[in-house]
Amino acid sequence: MKKTFVYLFIGVFFGIVMYKSEAASWFRIFEMFNFESFHMYGIIGSALVLGIIIVQIIKRNNLKDIYGEPIKIADKEKGLKRTLLGGIVFGLGWALVGACPGPMFILLGAGYLSILVVIFGALLGTWFYGLLKDKLPH
Amino acid sequence: MEWILGPWPWYVSGPLIAVMMFALLYVGKSFGVSSNFKTLCTICGADKTCDFFRFDWKAQRWNLVVLLGGIIGGFVASRYLSHDQVPAINPKTIDTLKGYGLESAGASYQPMELFGKAAFSDIKIMFLLLIGGLLVGFGSRYAGGCTSGHAISGLSNLQLPSFTATIGFFIGGLIMVHFIFPLLF
Repeated sequence: MKKTFVYLFIGVFFGIVMYKSEAASWFRIFEMFNFESFHMYGIIGSALVLGIIIVQIIKRNNLKDIYGEPIKIADKEKGLKRTLLGGIVFGLGWALVGACPGPMFILLGAGYLSILVVIFGALLGTWFYGLLKDKLPH
Repeated sequence: MEWILGPWPWYVSGPLIAVMMFALLYVGKSFGVSSNFKTLCTICGADKTCDFFRFDWKAQRWNLVVLLGGIIGGFVASRYLSHDQVPAINPKTIDTLKGYGLESAGASYQPMELFGKAAFSDIKIMFLLLIGGLLVGFGSRYAGGCTSGHAISGLSNLQLPSFTATIGFFIGGLIMVHFIFPLLF
């Protein structure tokens, strides 16, 4: 029960940051793909600079998690075709609806009910991938 | 604490996202939102339709809780931590969008043409939202992650697959905005 509260708290924190930073705004995503502001690049870039530093500190010091276990960060599955093709498909959608998965739910919380259509579409898309994956280049 | 009510600058938001990633690592988990769609599909019965959805979804409940937190966070931020926040986007961007018929550019957080109540009575808008969602859902599963899993977590771990995925995200976004939007709007 206490763990559930921790995950919930982290999620609430995530939601607040994404909303207040405007990373959940369709307009900001459109602006980003037009290279008409540094804002989104600043968010992603600064998250990455700190993220890389954090991961290096974790690895070099063999940092342990709250349970005393060494923090293990799994390698991503390799595959040039899947990551590139999948990435492009994702990017097309991200720009069209101005939301990636996290912001879809944050916007739902903010009251933009038509995002439910987007979420439904994402569930369908996920399902289609499961059905079609063996026919796709990976 | 008036500054909280305004938009948060990138140099505060970005680092906070990295802190959040660390918080998840510290509790033995990881930052990756799109896998929740796979879990939700399984909960809806997709495991009866193919192998991909046959996995121990209960082990992924923690991520659904994070997602629920995200919904609450959106609610709290928009209702209690903001006074009608409108992203101060580039005037050039506003001009382009008004040229597309999106009059709400520069006047609201989200384009009301797509996300306001009027959207529900426009079949074209509903279709675009559905297709967009479909592309995000399909693409993130195909790529093995979305912006959180690849662009933030994966790149923080210097993973090459995350680099190609992120390149893909941008290629897709640029194609949509520069070649397809002029045809759609």
